[in-house]
Amino acid sequence: MITLLDCGVSNVASVERALHRLGAESQRATTPECVSNARALLLPGVGHFEALIRVLDDRNLRVSLIDTIRRGIPFLGICLGLQALYDTSEEAPELTGLQLLSGRVRALPPVAKLPHMGWNRLVTKHKSQLLEGVDANDAYFYFAHTYAAVELGEETVATCSYGTEFVAVLEKENMCAVQFHPEKSGEAGAQVLRNFVRLSA
Amino acid sequence: MSLARRIIPCLDVDGTRVVKGVNFVGLRDAGDPAQLAARYNAEGADELVVLDIAASRDQRPTFLETIRRVAAELAIPLTAGGGIRIAEDARAVLRAGADKITLNTAAVARPDLISETSLDFGAQAIVLAIDAKREGDHWTVMVRGGRESANRDAIEWAKQGVALGAGEILLTSMDRDGTKSGFDAALTAAISSAVSVPVIASGGAKLPSHFVEIFTEGRADAALAASIFHDDIQPIRGLKEFLAARWIPVRLPC
Repeated sequence: MITLLDCGVSNVASVERALHRLGAESQRATTPECVSNARALLLPGVGHFEALIRVLDDRNLRVSLIDTIRRGIPFLGICLGLQALYDTSEEAPELTGLQLLSGRVRALPPVAKLPHMGWNRLVTKHKSQLLEGVDANDAYFYFAHTYAAVELGEETVATCSYGTEFVAVLEKENMCAVQFHPEKSGEAGAQVLRNFVRLSA
Repeated sequence: MSLARRIIPCLDVDGTRVVKGVNFVGLRDAGDPAQLAARYNAEGADELVVLDIAASRDQRPTFLETIRRVAAELAIPLTAGGGIRIAEDARAVLRAGADKITLNTAAVARPDLISETSLDFGAQAIVLAIDAKREGDHWTVMVRGGRESANRDAIEWAKQGVALGAGEILLTSMDRDGTKSGFDAALTAAISSAVSVPVIASGGAKLPSHFVEIFTEGRADAALAASIFHDDIQPIRGLKEFLAARWIPVRLPC
């Protein structure tokens, strides 16, 4: 059972549908208790960094979310759900992220059309559990974002380039996150979700 | 590394059925939206657009149900629009399963609709649909399904829309729509060069070479078509193979 953190600001339904197509069971969580009880946790995200962080704080979800991830349960962040893991974001400089990873999320440079919206490819850096079974240097994934984590670290298993190189897939023990939308990325995206479902079993 | 150029089938929906027609007249039934959506998803479409051509208030629940049925079939992004007049309309369409909304006539009447929805849902969710028609040495914006002139320059309107928060432009050439004589590359290049967001070209597609032209000369980021896909005149897979062979980056389905 995968618990989807429903912050009311993202399209949880599309992730739900994608998991359903794979035959994986999911449930929505809106309270700290539900987050703490999760056996596997998924944080979908689309929209503004500020909107997500404010909901996490207003509903007292921050602490239970951080604790649950630290406890070692399988976690997958999608898009904004990746960016939220860092210290801060240029999109809302006055707010603090979950601080599970150090660094600041930055605006992509305006050298190409923004948002970075459409299908792009990855460059793999390390062996990845999420990308297992994906032809990762050939497959296209769907991106829709203007901000990105540009500070690469040990946890960066794949990057994408659009004006600059940024984190596309990260894995740090139980904590995984992707900047693209696997639920919108056709068969390649379905394989990423399938891998997370397997890690959650 | 560059983005793949997107191929986007469009479903014009009247109630519960997909319809097609030339220049918005002589509509014919073209099938069930969910069935067509499933087919295009499997054939390698990069995105799907669903437009409510009736766009009437009392038909709204029917259209939202169609969006739900279509979204259930897709593992690719879904854009929906037609008749979105206020932020609440947009919210309902996104809740039903769309990833992006299109704004057209209502945004021309009240441009703040763009900034309001962009703030609420993010620029990536807001597609400004512009129906443009050549008038002398420029292009003018048409509204109400292309029937009325808005007396506004299309390039200026595109720039204003982006400044207000539109994340993408869906540009339809009213001169080419339904003619199957090729996209309007001059119009599309003019708009694409003027704005900082992706531009989807629409209207006039038939041959694979039309798509090559719009992605090169026309500087389009994506190309949209309807009847040539519905009628299987141009299967999506074959079209993408044609483009890939001409060094246009596309996502080839496995």
